[in-house]
Amino acid sequence: MTDTTDRSRAPVSQQGSPMRPETDLGLIGATISVTIDGHQVRVPMGTTILEAARKVGVRIPTLCAHPDLDMAGLCRVCVVEVEGQRTLQASCAYPIHQPLVIHTHTAQVRQARRQIIELILARHHGDCYTCVRSGNCELQALAREFGITSSPFGRPAAPEYPVDRSSYSVIRDMSKCVLCRRCVRTCIDLQGVGCLEAIGRGHETKIATFLDKPLAHVVCINCGQCINRCPVGALHANDPTEEVWAAIDDPTKHVVIQTAPAPRSAIGECFGLEPGQPLTFEMNSAIRAIGFDRVFDTNFTADLTIIEEGTELILRLYKALVQKDASVALPQFTSCSPGWVKFLEHFYPEFIPHLSTAKSPQQMFGAVIKTFYAQQQGIDPQDIVAVALMPCSAKKFECNRPEMVDSGYKDVDYGLTARELAKMCLQAGIDLPRMPKSDFDQPFGTATGSGVIFGATGGVMEAALRTVLELVTGEKVEQYFSHADILPVRGMEGVRKAEVTVPKTGPVPDLLKALVPSWDWLLGATLKVAVAHGTANAHKVLENIQAGGELASFHFIEFMACPGGCLGGGGQPIPTSAEIRAARARAIYAEDCAYEVRKSHENPAVAMLYEQFLTDGPCGHKSHELLHTHYTPRGKFIG
Amino acid sequence: MIAANFTGTLTFASVSADAGLERALQKSRPDLIADVSASGLKGRGGAGFPTGVKWNLAAAARSDVKYVICNADEGEPGTFKDRVILSDHADLVFAGMTIAGYAIGATKGILYLRGEYAYLRAHLERVLATRRERHLLGEVIHGKAGLRFDIQIRLGSGAYVCGEETALIESLEGHRGEPRNRPPFPVDTGLERRPSVVNNVETFAWVTSIFDRGVDWFKAIGTGRSVGPKILSVSGDCARPGVYEVPFGTTLAALLEEVGGQDARAVQVGGASGICVPAGEFHRAIAFEDVATGGSIIVFGEHRDLLHVARNFLEFFVEESCGQCTPCREGTAQLLEGVELLERGACSTAHLAQLTSLCQTMRLASKCGLGQSAPNAFLSIMQHFHDELMGRRPEGTLPPAASVGR
Repeated sequence: MTDTTDRSRAPVSQQGSPMRPETDLGLIGATISVTIDGHQVRVPMGTTILEAARKVGVRIPTLCAHPDLDMAGLCRVCVVEVEGQRTLQASCAYPIHQPLVIHTHTAQVRQARRQIIELILARHHGDCYTCVRSGNCELQALAREFGITSSPFGRPAAPEYPVDRSSYSVIRDMSKCVLCRRCVRTCIDLQGVGCLEAIGRGHETKIATFLDKPLAHVVCINCGQCINRCPVGALHANDPTEEVWAAIDDPTKHVVIQTAPAPRSAIGECFGLEPGQPLTFEMNSAIRAIGFDRVFDTNFTADLTIIEEGTELILRLYKALVQKDASVALPQFTSCSPGWVKFLEHFYPEFIPHLSTAKSPQQMFGAVIKTFYAQQQGIDPQDIVAVALMPCSAKKFECNRPEMVDSGYKDVDYGLTARELAKMCLQAGIDLPRMPKSDFDQPFGTATGSGVIFGATGGVMEAALRTVLELVTGEKVEQYFSHADILPVRGMEGVRKAEVTVPKTGPVPDLLKALVPSWDWLLGATLKVAVAHGTANAHKVLENIQAGGELASFHFIEFMACPGGCLGGGGQPIPTSAEIRAARARAIYAEDCAYEVRKSHENPAVAMLYEQFLTDGPCGHKSHELLHTHYTPRGKFIG
Repeated sequence: MIAANFTGTLTFASVSADAGLERALQKSRPDLIADVSASGLKGRGGAGFPTGVKWNLAAAARSDVKYVICNADEGEPGTFKDRVILSDHADLVFAGMTIAGYAIGATKGILYLRGEYAYLRAHLERVLATRRERHLLGEVIHGKAGLRFDIQIRLGSGAYVCGEETALIESLEGHRGEPRNRPPFPVDTGLERRPSVVNNVETFAWVTSIFDRGVDWFKAIGTGRSVGPKILSVSGDCARPGVYEVPFGTTLAALLEEVGGQDARAVQVGGASGICVPAGEFHRAIAFEDVATGGSIIVFGEHRDLLHVARNFLEFFVEESCGQCTPCREGTAQLLEGVELLERGACSTAHLAQLTSLCQTMRLASKCGLGQSAPNAFLSIMQHFHDELMGRRPEGTLPPAASVGR
């Protein structure tokens, strides 16, 4: 099980051409010499012309190619001349199997590329200056590179399709679509969802949902991975910044924002910074400068999630192992990724009992703000506007789920993406990277390194293991994992597994005494955990469990809808690639290291909340009322 | 000159499918493929790829499963010769597929039958059933132990592009009929990523004929580079439309005389994806090295408006482009728009030059043969009938000169 997904669902016409090992056994590892614009280079058998060109520093323009996706050879922008071939070849989809002499910018190549871009522009509706992707649009960049100053094949006078605004998360403006099918390949290959496909033929071809229904009425999980890979403005997030500005401008409203860990590791990219430069404290100042009344750290409720979800796991294990209750659903699944949750509700509704009932950190925060915080500050919850800065498009859907009103109000009013906060900064004339540093506001400002790593795949699991190990053994987790870095659950492999044996047990901490009498039953037990990211990998895990495979005997599995976890979320800066996500991950783990307190159960604010507010403890009555939820079996076929 | 027409007798009528198959199976696989190569047989679907080379590549590919696929998705406008071959000489086709199966080591054959030919299916299934009863298909063929081969029929759904071999394979796999990137080629990575030989109906029938009549008989017919007879579908403005068998190298003039189309002003050779040959070039020969065709010959009489012909073909391509790659999807629509402008007399010389250059981009940069050949008809009509296309005006309006001073 690796990061490369099972491609079997995608038609081969949309794929590259890997060697068939049966025929090419003798050739694996062989290298071939190619000449590209006079540069000679040896490349491994099967390397595409595009990759080979990059090696010698020859840049070939592309549009339908994306580093996360299988090659398609659709747009034909990357065509090159291969000596001895009658026609031009798409360099992104041409695997080198024999010595080739390639020319990348002959007159006919330049002419073909230029006309292809002009043809795409002839169908692309909309003005750049009214487009959300202006300045970050691959088509715009191509038009600029090729010096296109006229429209020889015309321009659409009117939009071809109505804009689909049905979804809380993703807006589809298909009149801007360039039919590169990156969204289709993302949805099918990368995410295993498949709610987008090309329909119609020839000039009538368009990207559509099942029966061309509105996006909200199909199995879209709102992950927004299609947005991150759309080269133009055909797909973008449902943007609530105007509503947020209106709340800020309204003096009767107390506008608070919680900020998740992943956006701060990436938002610098919106301001031209290299990926991997965290701007946590500059962002706090920027948010205050925009006019938010309070800026809180979602890590606080990430820590709270660990306590609630960890307690739930302990209770499930206790019921299953000690009380021999066969009805307990194990392994327990994490529930903080709303894309993953909707994926499960659509494709595996029978697994809903496995989902932790703990709300995501975003929704826990909303519920706490409009209850505890409102009481403490003496503010009418009706006058509080709770905004959440998230790396995520699915969070927009999540805060609008009808059950997310446990505070008596809409727990979280608006979900903002990192891109949208960057836009608000620009609107306010704020140069975020140059802002002075400032801390989060109290009482929720204290967070731990465990909360921060929620932003990376494996982070929830690592945070949970740090806490569970310490609570059960009564010893420092550093005794078992140096620096409390639980490396087996880190990394970018699609599915990762780890086993932790409980070497000794200590006394049950006060917080949990009401729930379990002792830890004796866990002594010597092996806790089996797994981590999966990208819902195509979730498919693999669930199929394995369904078939009674090895993962069926596991206890706890972390799922994140997006490749790389939240740091690769559908609300993060565009573009994305494995390298960019790795850089963001490095920033997140570096921040974890820098925290003095790195374990959720040591967060003083969390302890304070249980002392002052959730007085019946984790998974107690009050916490169930505010911090836990239920799910909706949706199935694949919806009305 | 003309060997036969379908009202007379095609060579196929006198070929013994049983003898052809038996003689082929007596040979070793390398010898068999060597014979196919030596015969000079080239693919009859239109592209003219040497059949022996194709089979050799598939035979060399290492795989436990291989496929032989017969392309019976006869969709090129103006062709109907495969329909006649399947109706009257299906045994030759199935024997040819069996020979291919033996040659490359495949046990499964698939006839991909054009959706519109569904009515032929019952007949073809009966032929297959009889062949199974006679042990010409199934477990032991012609008493040859260890030789297993069977054929199933699959129906297309009416997309022209599925005649392109990789789109045909996608369709067989249940996907949208869209051409794949090449390389790899089907001989290496075909149906279900297994080595697959895809040949036209007529190609398989000639394979059987070659083993019945002998390589030398076949080589004696045709030109040096286009060997053997070719079956043509002739339609349009001629007295005797129908299916004809001619040796490669036959000139258009000779063919027109035979079919009663001497007065033609142009002939479309190769269907919508072919080229339009004007009367002044009827001395040209039907051959891969001159005017190539998969079999479609459409005769245009004196009264035909060739702009209308161009429009007709472009409407076809706009409809039948798979929509996958930019040059074909957008280019075909642009050319059609250009024809509409020409019809109204509103196409400037500059725009026409732009469209001509666009044709070149489509030929060079489209993903598959459909897109690459889509501009052919428009280009050749533009080239040969330029003056006739320019300077038109909408019906009922006065010519520009007449409006001067009004």
